[in-house]
Amino acid sequence: MSANGNSQPQHGVRVEVRGLRKSYDGHLVLKGIDFAVEREEIFVIMGPSGSGKSVLLKHIIGLETPDAGEILVEGESIRNPEVMNKYRLAMVFQSGALLNSLTVGENVGLYLTEHRLKKPDEIDRIATEKLEFLGLKGVKDRSPSELSGGMKKRVAIARALVIEPQLILYDEPTSELDPLMTVVIGEEILNLKRRIQVTSLVVSHDRDLAFGVADRIAMMHEGQLIAIGTPDQIRQNADPRIQRFLTADFKLNNLQESTYEKHT
Amino acid sequence: MFENIGEMVMLLWRTLRSLPLTFRQRTKIYDQLFEIGNASLLMACILSLFIGGVLTLRTGPYLAERGLASAIGGIVGYSLCRELAPVMMSILIAGRIGSAMAAEIGSMQVYQEIDALRTMNINPIHYLVLPRLVAIAIALPVLVLFSILVGWVGGAAVAVFNQKISITFQAFFSTLRDVVDASDVANGLFKTFVFAVVIGVVSCHQGLVTIGGPRGIGRSVTKAVVNSIVLILILDYFVTRFLMFFEK
Repeated sequence: MSANGNSQPQHGVRVEVRGLRKSYDGHLVLKGIDFAVEREEIFVIMGPSGSGKSVLLKHIIGLETPDAGEILVEGESIRNPEVMNKYRLAMVFQSGALLNSLTVGENVGLYLTEHRLKKPDEIDRIATEKLEFLGLKGVKDRSPSELSGGMKKRVAIARALVIEPQLILYDEPTSELDPLMTVVIGEEILNLKRRIQVTSLVVSHDRDLAFGVADRIAMMHEGQLIAIGTPDQIRQNADPRIQRFLTADFKLNNLQESTYEKHT
Repeated sequence: MFENIGEMVMLLWRTLRSLPLTFRQRTKIYDQLFEIGNASLLMACILSLFIGGVLTLRTGPYLAERGLASAIGGIVGYSLCRELAPVMMSILIAGRIGSAMAAEIGSMQVYQEIDALRTMNINPIHYLVLPRLVAIAIALPVLVLFSILVGWVGGAAVAVFNQKISITFQAFFSTLRDVVDASDVANGLFKTFVFAVVIGVVSCHQGLVTIGGPRGIGRSVTKAVVNSIVLILILDYFVTRFLMFFEK
């Protein structure tokens, strides 16, 4: 996220990833990733756990340095320190990553406070508004440690929303959330696109969320993108790895008589 | 420890470069000052009282036997302000505050809170290291000043009430005044300032390089305390040697 506040234009940014490779202790995690996310697009990266989705996201926000390849935001390398000042980028972490030493309200207003973009009263009002929007009324003065996993996730989303970013990265935004809140988050991702034309990059294995919000979906498997396309194109892709991921379901109950039926 | 000295020097350099932001971070500095100063004051005073006392207890009878009881005040006063209070207080604070700094920052590192700060374009050095380093650099010399005074009182009390020594308060402080001057206290406070910077930098650095889960945090805390104490004792010699150049 940049310190330039609302003086920046409100449109989303284009992100391009070129030949990204990364290994940890000799184990290749990203094996040459290439894709581009267009301005104002909602791009979802799906794939099984351990396929390298979160590592990819960390590279895009500049938290990790690639072994090879580059990430460009509006054509400028993310490794250029000026990019973080020029564009407002935000990330919603899978764990929430809330600062435990601050209250929930202080967490949500942290960006505005630290960059001195608003007065304390205004920051307080914005934090309350964002928290209520995400169904978190009355938690502003509580400590993050008092919240459930799902509540922490929503606070993290509120913290990202406060700055109205140009690129927002979501790492598993609906994990630990109930179906109703999953819909709220999905709608908010779409709302942000409509309202401030933000570019969204979502990493998730929630199929409902992905097909509900994505303009395009990329399927990731063992550190490689094996398909990129619209939701319909991905659904119709014949690759067995994709079909297995998309159609995985509990089937045993359809075949067997349930324990309950047996006893009644 | 020594393989990380370069990283620690870089951390110190980056923190020094961010000193102009000190005023902006004043709220966090006040919080840290309270944590370091106020919360450690009682413990520091108790420790110093007994250090002064035991120093008199060990040296007093020997000197008294040789008719040098009046020299006790000078010996206790000088050794407390030059050596014992700065080193002992710094070791105490390394254990109490250095461990807390390493644990807090280490936990923030492990649970991605520092990553979250970076994504918000908030520099962790400005946000976390600067307030802690400024606070400990202010609080520790003040604690040592209290410690010196309380240590003198502890030494004097033993000198008065121990029957093998049995000198008056006036006699104790009269020789203390003859031997110890302001430059001795300043000397001790300068040393303390150096030790405070060492504790702050070592502990914050250990926190920032923490990896793994709770076990990693535990490892960082242990390293922060042990490395701080080792560096304090090594630097004590070199700083003392350095300060001797300025003495007459």
